[in-house]
Amino acid sequence: MSVETILVFGEGDEGSPSGLTLELLAAARGLATNVEVFVAGDGAAMAAELGAHGATRVHTTGPLDGKLMGVHAAAALQAHMETSSPDAVFFGQTPDGRDTAARLAVRIDQPVVTNNVGASFEDGTLVVEEPVFGGTQNVFTAFKNDGPALAIFRPKSFEAEATGGGEAEVVAVDAVDPGPAGSASVTGRHVEERSGPQLDDAEVVVSGGRGLGQPEAFEMIDELAGLLDAASGASRAIVDAGWVPYSKQVGQTGKVVKPNVYLACGISGATQHLVGMKGSKHIIAINKDPEAPIFGVADLGIVGDVHKVVPALIEALKSR
Amino acid sequence: MKVVVCVKQIPDPALPGELDPSTNYLKRDDKLILDESDSYGVEMALQLVEAAGGGEVSLVSMAANGEVSGLRTALAMGAEDAVLVSDDALAGSDALGTARVLGAAISRMSPDLVLAGVESSDGYTGTVPEMIAGVLEMPSITFAKQIEVDGTTVKVQRQTEAGYDDVECQTPALVSVTAGVVEPRYPSFKGIMAAKKKPVEELDLAALGVDAAVVGRSGARQETVRVTAAEERQAGEVIEDEGDAHDKIVEFLGELKIV
Repeated sequence: MSVETILVFGEGDEGSPSGLTLELLAAARGLATNVEVFVAGDGAAMAAELGAHGATRVHTTGPLDGKLMGVHAAAALQAHMETSSPDAVFFGQTPDGRDTAARLAVRIDQPVVTNNVGASFEDGTLVVEEPVFGGTQNVFTAFKNDGPALAIFRPKSFEAEATGGGEAEVVAVDAVDPGPAGSASVTGRHVEERSGPQLDDAEVVVSGGRGLGQPEAFEMIDELAGLLDAASGASRAIVDAGWVPYSKQVGQTGKVVKPNVYLACGISGATQHLVGMKGSKHIIAINKDPEAPIFGVADLGIVGDVHKVVPALIEALKSR
Repeated sequence: MKVVVCVKQIPDPALPGELDPSTNYLKRDDKLILDESDSYGVEMALQLVEAAGGGEVSLVSMAANGEVSGLRTALAMGAEDAVLVSDDALAGSDALGTARVLGAAISRMSPDLVLAGVESSDGYTGTVPEMIAGVLEMPSITFAKQIEVDGTTVKVQRQTEAGYDDVECQTPALVSVTAGVVEPRYPSFKGIMAAKKKPVEELDLAALGVDAAVVGRSGARQETVRVTAAEERQAGEVIEDEGDAHDKIVEFLGELKIV
């Protein structure tokens, strides 16, 4: 059963839509006859790629000129939705996606459901699926509101797929002044140096956790990752402790990864972490505690000292 | 400077969580504790007030059952006082209902700065702080990893996928802080004793002037239609390292043609 129109809140960088935006387009296409995108930024630059993934139109405010997105995006979205009436608006679970959905919810007085990994329409009502308790149970929530369903989805919940469609029609949307609430502005951008495969799309991910004992030990995680052409990741514990930047965090509050192989070194497997990696095709875990929950999801579990097993593994790979 | 910190009292995350089969909501029968995510906001508030040369840190929280034990923990860290909105009608409130209640409570407190954790450790919708800012029609900066207040200007390093952005706005404003942003202090014995005497003002919805229709289960306008068990991932082989476990890993990677 499909509905008429789903609006996807599109995000991207330097003229390219994000992977998550394309995933949402694929999900929306399966549910609605018409899928459109709203971009608080330069949507025109993304029109070709959005069209190739099935979007018919891209509604765009144009560049925000340094304004922090959420408040402005929500004000413009509200104005847009007064003339069009999508059955649902899909947001990606990103900082700006969450900000925009939250501000919009207040403005139009409609509920938002977060943390979703699936969606369907049942009797014309959007039903979204959210994993709870570390992904051991799935909660299905139906929208009972009189108005569009606002839903936020986690990355990697759907597979992006190009349809080969032509460029999406670009429709300019007027900016709306949200008043003093819109006064936050971005005065500087800092991009952490990133080299090698990225966590989001690496074939292999090697992650380290508290079991490494000290920040310097993360160097061997990076070295092992280098040998396997892998991205290095981390548990929340060592990100919070300041050993590695947040951009490496895998888990509920970090990135969701689904590589072919996930190698967890000195990670016990707290729910927070499992949520971000248990969708990996193959999981290898090294931990000294035989009771560690990570062994419950590992295809190959090594009960041992990461400070012995990892260096030996590095030597073995180097000598091949 | 007056800082209000939003805090949530949650079931101990170390205990296995459970859904109430009659409502499909998270069970909150046992003692609730201060959400660790909020301890960062409390610590940040204390440090900012100190850096500003004085001021006051107040707490605001919402609970259906009048729970205060988590609030006492935050008061023991050094907050001055707390407002607790407690009402039977609040059970089952969603993010928007919660934000309307907290927003109404905060507007009575006239803060310069409102702090909150990015997301709670039990519900983790990550939308309540921004919704509160929406209710208060205040500027907001989410995902802060560093905060500095310079007169009426709030300067924040906001975490992004690629690194961080410098973001600024004017007070009054709301900022949501990431975990790990500061090292939360442990309450001292003196602090714990003092916290027992600190004022906690308890308000119900009527006192706050919030319509009960916008909160609770009916106000949430969403319904859990079913809960299913997720497909279990099967545990594989677990071996004890006897000095040659790395060979086993190389062999496994070889089978997958990774090496």
